[in-house]
Amino acid sequence: MSEAPLDTTTSTQATVVPPTAQRNSGLLSTGVGRNLGLVVALVVLCIVGAVTAGDTFATGPNVLTILRLAATIGVVSIGMTFVITGGGIDLSVGAILALSSVWATTLATQQMADSYGWIVMASTALLVGAACGLVNGILVAYGKIVPFIATLAMLAAARGLAETISDRRTQIVANNSFVDFFGGSLIGVPVLVWIFLLVAAAGWVVLNRTTFGRRTFAVGGNAEAARLAGIKVQRHTAALYVLAGLCCGIAAVMLMARTTTGSSTHGQFYELDAIAAVVIGGTLLSGGRGTIVGTVFGVLIFSTLNNVFTLNNLSISAQSVAKGVIIVIAVLLQQRLASRTTSS
Amino acid sequence: MSHSARTIIVAGIGVLALAACTSNTPKADPSDAAKTQAVSAGKNDEPGKKVKIGFSAPAADHGWMGAITKATQAEAKKYSDVELVVAEGTNDVNLQISQVETFINQKVDAIVLLPFDGAALTAVATKAMEAGITVVNVDREFGSPAAARTTVLGDNYGMGVSAGGYVCSQLKDKKDSIVAEIAGIDSLPLTQDRSKGFKDALAGCGLKVNNRVAAEFTVESGEKAAANLLQAAPKIDAIWNHDDDQGVGVMAAIKNSNRKDFFLVGGAGSANVMRDIKAGTSLVKATVVYPSTQGADGVRLARLLLQKKALGDLVEVEVPRKVQLFAPVVTKDNVDQYLPTAFES
Repeated sequence: MSEAPLDTTTSTQATVVPPTAQRNSGLLSTGVGRNLGLVVALVVLCIVGAVTAGDTFATGPNVLTILRLAATIGVVSIGMTFVITGGGIDLSVGAILALSSVWATTLATQQMADSYGWIVMASTALLVGAACGLVNGILVAYGKIVPFIATLAMLAAARGLAETISDRRTQIVANNSFVDFFGGSLIGVPVLVWIFLLVAAAGWVVLNRTTFGRRTFAVGGNAEAARLAGIKVQRHTAALYVLAGLCCGIAAVMLMARTTTGSSTHGQFYELDAIAAVVIGGTLLSGGRGTIVGTVFGVLIFSTLNNVFTLNNLSISAQSVAKGVIIVIAVLLQQRLASRTTSS
Repeated sequence: MSHSARTIIVAGIGVLALAACTSNTPKADPSDAAKTQAVSAGKNDEPGKKVKIGFSAPAADHGWMGAITKATQAEAKKYSDVELVVAEGTNDVNLQISQVETFINQKVDAIVLLPFDGAALTAVATKAMEAGITVVNVDREFGSPAAARTTVLGDNYGMGVSAGGYVCSQLKDKKDSIVAEIAGIDSLPLTQDRSKGFKDALAGCGLKVNNRVAAEFTVESGEKAAANLLQAAPKIDAIWNHDDDQGVGVMAAIKNSNRKDFFLVGGAGSANVMRDIKAGTSLVKATVVYPSTQGADGVRLARLLLQKKALGDLVEVEVPRKVQLFAPVVTKDNVDQYLPTAFES
């Protein structure tokens, strides 16, 4: 997509203006090619699944099972795509999800939900997620702490706070209308999957069709150039982390519905799953290039892999090895594509 | 089934809630009951109708959990009529829920489920039961009785009571003894139950837990927690460590500190610790068993349920609603009895 900021770092004005002008052509030339690779990977996985466990794999309920598994981590990954495209990283997503789920299921929150409806629980989760993201953003953008360290601190602190609030116990969601709504289906598709689709669609529009998205590419590609071009880089960076935190809050609501619990153990290692999905999707870890469609494919590839392995009764550790191999292949492919586009 | 394992199960049957006609059991018509009675005890191992059983458990990040899966697979292999489908071990409830959903899609006959968090898996287990699949809950209990046909449990509270009782028997003359406890993952109800049992049993002889730390069932966390404990308490008379896997780390920390002023009681009952007890040279004087064969028992019960057989040595024709295993104290005197079913960590 916007390659220019990566290649030329010396001249300032010239680096920022071209990407916005060239973006559409860049999207077509490299974006489709990369996504084609992902489509092929997913199709191959599906063929393997259909051949080895066809009677179960290629059924409607099984497809919904794959999508339900993908939904929660998918929403987290959409937020992660923005942060990584903007040149950062967020290691605290799993911990923020846990904290949001715990905060939204405390006795106090649930009692308020009894009087005012489940919207109280959902908005609590979103607010807590966004607030944690804001802290991350302020630390990174204004405190000048490296994103890796700032969000590592948040990972530890948010998980610890979640344990303190819940007293390390699992909190059960007593509000039936909450579980019925989010756990139910609309036109045959689970509400969780609808939420994932909506978040992904909104993420795609914001990243590819708005000024906010263009600024994200610019900040991630070359923050200094973006600043000289008049973008408020600090404010924008902080906003990206708030967005990621908000996505964690949404994911917390989804996991609360799926498990009917809030717990400080929710979302363990989601940061790794999300980063893996984003990276194999084709978003550049160094920032400046990002794709929502690729991320969605990345998430689907991992959840389909899980499903195929479970269906085939394969060994517990083989799956982790397969995941590792897929990540390495994806990154190698990505590097080759990147070097080809810079040389041409 | 080995003879000693059968003894433990039969001796440990806690609650026999008769579930003959409740909504979550397969409809038992009179002819089925007759068939059930026809198969008398001892003939249960004879091959019957082919059954497909799904099994899912948390990640094997410590020896006991690894032993659960190994024992389950080994048990299933003994039966030509059992096909076991094992899902990836995971500590992510989101993934474990989708594994159960996959089992439902695969139309397995039964699911043996050791949930990472019982409350979080209750909804999907109920869904499986509603789909006509026999769910056998293992170790960590669901939040609703409708989520499983049968539950196989260890006795966590009983483990605490057994450990506390042993500590009391050793320290009964010294009322000012310092007792320490190295717990497992505090967020799990099983840890809370063990600690409560330990506290209650100690109260019976006028002792209390003076120092308590919590580890995470892993060797590394055991070492860290024990090192902290030994720093915090200059004098200790007895330590109860909840889990023999984290116990490997605990022993390492004790060795580094050169302390010998106390004795140690283990938990879960690994083969390592039992060999130490037998040798009598280390600080470990006893351990309380938490059977690692629960998943294997779950598979056997699922098979009996699906083939409509009765549990041997019981008069009742239906498999019990709940089977709770006993938590005996293993000391030098009786270690030979328990060593064969102990797990290698």
